[in-house]
Amino acid sequence: MALSGMRGLSVFISDIRNCQNKEQERLRVDKELGNVRTRFKNEKGLTPYEKKKYVWKMLYIYMLGYDVDFGHMEAVSLISAPKYPEKQVGYIVTSCLLNENHDFLRLAINTVRNDIIGRNETFQCLALTMVGNIGGREFAESLAPDVQKLLISSSCRPLVRKKAALCLLRLYRKNPDVVNVDGWSDRMAQLLDERDLGVLTSSMSLLVALVSNNHDAYWSCLPKCVKILERLARNQDVPQEYTYYGIPTPWLQVKTMRALQYFPTIEDPNTRRSLFEVLQRILMGTDVVKNVNKNNASHAVLFEALALVMHLDAEKEMMSQCVALLGKFIAVREPNIRYLGLENMTRMLMVSDVQDIIKRHQAQIITSLKDPDISIRRRALDLLYGMCDISNAKDIVEELLQYLSSADFAMREELSLKAAILAEKFAPDLSWYVDVILQLIDKAGDFVSDDIWFRVVQFVTNNEDLQPYAAAKAREYLDKPAIHETMVKVSAYLLGEYSHLLARRPGCSPKEIFGIIHEKLPTVSTSTVPILLSTYAKILMHTQPSDPELQNQIWAIFSKYESCIDVEIQQRAVEYFALSRKGAALMDILAEMPKFPERQSSLLKKAEDAEVDTAEQSAIKLRAQQQTSNALVVTDQRPANGTPYVGQLGLVMVPSSANADHNLENQGPAQENGTLSQVDPQSPSPSADLLGDLLGPLAIEGPPGAAAPTEHVIPASEGDPNPADALALAPVDEQTNSVQPIGNIAERFHALCLKDSGVLYEDPYIQIGIKAEWRAHHGRLVLFLGNKNTSSLASVQALILPPSHLKMELSLVPETIPPRAQVQCPLEVMNLRPSRDVAVLDFSYKFGTSSVNVKLRLPAVLNKFLHPISVTAEEFFPQWRSLSGPPLKLQEVVRGVRPMLLLEMANLFNSLRLMVCPGLDPNANNLVASTTFYSESTRAMLCLMRIETDPADRTQLRMTVSSGDPTLTFELKEFIKEQLVSIPTATRPPAPEVAQPTSAVTSLTDPGAMLAGLL
Amino acid sequence: MITWKPLSHTSHSERRRFHKDSKDDRHRISEVHRLFCVPLQPSLWRMIRFIILQNRQGKTRLAKYYVPLEESEKHKVEYEVHRLVVNRDPKFTNFVEFRTHKVIYRRYAGLFFSLCVDMTDNELAYLECIHLFVEILDHFFSNVCELDLVFNFHKVYLILDEFILAGELQETSKKAIIERMGELEKQE
Repeated sequence: MALSGMRGLSVFISDIRNCQNKEQERLRVDKELGNVRTRFKNEKGLTPYEKKKYVWKMLYIYMLGYDVDFGHMEAVSLISAPKYPEKQVGYIVTSCLLNENHDFLRLAINTVRNDIIGRNETFQCLALTMVGNIGGREFAESLAPDVQKLLISSSCRPLVRKKAALCLLRLYRKNPDVVNVDGWSDRMAQLLDERDLGVLTSSMSLLVALVSNNHDAYWSCLPKCVKILERLARNQDVPQEYTYYGIPTPWLQVKTMRALQYFPTIEDPNTRRSLFEVLQRILMGTDVVKNVNKNNASHAVLFEALALVMHLDAEKEMMSQCVALLGKFIAVREPNIRYLGLENMTRMLMVSDVQDIIKRHQAQIITSLKDPDISIRRRALDLLYGMCDISNAKDIVEELLQYLSSADFAMREELSLKAAILAEKFAPDLSWYVDVILQLIDKAGDFVSDDIWFRVVQFVTNNEDLQPYAAAKAREYLDKPAIHETMVKVSAYLLGEYSHLLARRPGCSPKEIFGIIHEKLPTVSTSTVPILLSTYAKILMHTQPSDPELQNQIWAIFSKYESCIDVEIQQRAVEYFALSRKGAALMDILAEMPKFPERQSSLLKKAEDAEVDTAEQSAIKLRAQQQTSNALVVTDQRPANGTPYVGQLGLVMVPSSANADHNLENQGPAQENGTLSQVDPQSPSPSADLLGDLLGPLAIEGPPGAAAPTEHVIPASEGDPNPADALALAPVDEQTNSVQPIGNIAERFHALCLKDSGVLYEDPYIQIGIKAEWRAHHGRLVLFLGNKNTSSLASVQALILPPSHLKMELSLVPETIPPRAQVQCPLEVMNLRPSRDVAVLDFSYKFGTSSVNVKLRLPAVLNKFLHPISVTAEEFFPQWRSLSGPPLKLQEVVRGVRPMLLLEMANLFNSLRLMVCPGLDPNANNLVASTTFYSESTRAMLCLMRIETDPADRTQLRMTVSSGDPTLTFELKEFIKEQLVSIPTATRPPAPEVAQPTSAVTSLTDPGAMLAGLL
Repeated sequence: MITWKPLSHTSHSERRRFHKDSKDDRHRISEVHRLFCVPLQPSLWRMIRFIILQNRQGKTRLAKYYVPLEESEKHKVEYEVHRLVVNRDPKFTNFVEFRTHKVIYRRYAGLFFSLCVDMTDNELAYLECIHLFVEILDHFFSNVCELDLVFNFHKVYLILDEFILAGELQETSKKAIIERMGELEKQE
């Protein structure tokens, strides 16, 4: 089967295949590209056939992984060729080479439309296919009506109609407004009567998208879906060509059941009964057969039926049937079925009353935890994690711990995190909890972040009964030959505090304890040495009567470290040395740590936040959080809505530290110098005691110092803890920037609020540009991350912290940006309701040794969802009058306005997309403007406003704003006010509705709002 | 069938018929390269994100993206997917997590067919959709092998466009697609 006579192409492919190595291949490709480029340059001599041949070659080269940066135009231009062979190449290659954002596509839009509305069926098919695969927004707006016509046309062949259905689906995904719900729901129901199964399959996909967005409008489709299911599954009324290994079109069955899952419930008893009959048949009638394909197909249907049964909250009897089935599946050898059994059982956990039945399968699930396939292990881990409660926590956690030693690297982090969470959540007793965490540290110390061991310390400190036990355990671990540094830290700490409780036991005399801890000193890093020094001081204090030999030994160590380059170590050595000579004073200062105030574990909060959404996503979310390697960073104020925490505000300094997060304080010294530095006794040090600091964020609420550890040494409080050291111990995201931004971030943001492209942020290493496009309540921002340097930027992370009214999704952000490269990351925005809150981009990267983290406000602000509209007097006045008074119409006298001429103000309004309508107000000192606001809740809503100015005093004016939605009116009024008062950013006028005090404490519920308040 | 033999060093694997998949020596799974990163695309819709056909060496034989990705991202995705599936034991599941999505893959002789879908989508339905696609190719090229796909890559794109559109299944009747391909061949 030769290539339809395209000999040149075959020869080229053969040539490539004959290349002995990559280098030869590249040479051959370069030669060809050069050839194609020259031929394209003098296009006149090119026959359509040649053009077609070259375009195919380009696609082949592109598939080999080479960049093809020319010839796109030629591919697009082939679309308008008059003959099928060339046109076909144009369409296919274009949809492979270009994506929907490519400018060239716009050039083709007219040709494509002509092909769609034209008479040539083949051309229609080509055009529909390309639009279905890469059509973007502009296609959606200009082509949707034509595509709809084709879909419902009675004269078109099914061939065209099924393509039209999916093409419409694509356009709908790009812009849901192109399908008018009112007119379309009846048509959609009619489409479900279709006899051609190709058209029906495509239409069902379309329906799934439509109902997932708005099930209310498509109720009439529900009984039809049930009918289809009956026809397929019960009556098996399907042409032979649509049965797949004896199963009547499994894909359509699956799609139909998927569509049904978007309806919240089925009210009509008859429909419900018929559906349950079908489901029952599927659940009971699916047997395991030899043929793999048949098996897969029938189980695809079965698992979808299970999902539907769960969704419909069937009777208990049917649920038990489902669990029994799943129980069977998780025990089979066939890996796919076992995988799906585990996955669906995890989903089943959300259904009430079945947990007990699931628990019976615990042993079986644990077996899967040891499966060689990582996919299965992950599912088993998720399920165990989900089904764990107080009754089985001991078994499950111990199983996880046991598995930890043999688990592969990719799973260890997740495993240890989950074990820690479960241990804390369901610990039957505290000594067990201590055991588990110590074992965790022992087996996977690298993955046990500091706050896990802080938590242990906190429990032990607060529970006297636990102290001897914990100390004894710590002592045991120290006997092991090679222990993890975290274990050294935790056991040194515990033994420093509580080893005197063990005094009479063998091997626990102060001398022996000191000896075994001191053995570890040469192996630990500088971050651990200060802890060891505190332990020595405490041991010394507890040694009664004093032991001169031990004392001399410890003093020798102190004096050795008195000249240590590390400030923290040096300081401690000096202080402990001095104190230990004072006798009684030592007793007071080194007394036991006081109890910590009770508070919820950061770990659990983290875990709970991760579980806000569907259970099946929770594992992924947890893992996503681990990305920063500080999933468990202690965070005191977590927003309740599940968005990530913004405690460490890279660029925000909180004026008063009294009520601020303790973490923030650490930034002071850290920000000033990122590397080793001299001791600067002048620089104010918020907290000199490293250990106190470490435990601070965990346990200390309120003003630091109130519950500060007594260990805090007063005379030394002027010493500056070594910043590098502080960094080593601090959670990762506290490492703040030594890199200074170029230009004013706030000004850049305000400029971008008024225009749609520009620079959002710049520093010596990176420039972040932004380009935005707004359509109704949707927006698409593209972030341009440009590396300005000749080496790569690493650990690039971008996190969007959306306020509650915006739905934002950021596409892939690469971890590294190559030298001098620019990366584009699209960000989709959807406005749910009116609000002035601002989204924040939490952006970080590493360059060499400096790591930078900035929080940037994103210009997805209220005025972006405005669309200026001009109204005439006839339209304006009736509307203005009909909206009478609050809350739809609000009036306010604004003082402190930035003085500006009326013309300036009109320009400002126009740039805010509020269209000034001249001539409507007879008074020349007044200004009337109108606009449309778009959000999901309000849809398109007209807003009218009037500004009355006083030529004698330009610092005040009266403003009236009206719209059909009270929140919108209020938000818009406040928004305009912010723009008019002299410094629009500094202080936000107090809003009566949304209590938004500027203090950092209460406004922390919404990260975006909090930042907006602070910035 | 290929009627000409222009190739001097055709490797054995490229001529292997898909349906005679023998188990050759395969390494145990190496550590799966995992990326904890932001979603591939806004996942408001459940759909096929992309389809990739690759051979064991990682050469892409067909790649179709139903979400807009930049070129560099596409190459990265292809590289990662290959690494993800190539060393998996045949006794393992056909599903692997990929970023925040799932890759459903199936191996035929030396070729891997990989489909990227949402975490919560119906895995088995897509697994069989791969098989149906292979059956269609097999029928069209009468007993297909990798070489057919190499030299007729444009045909493969055509067939795929009749089978999947907009990231959704368009036609599940093998007969309908083969007949349609016949119609199109006549027009050329």
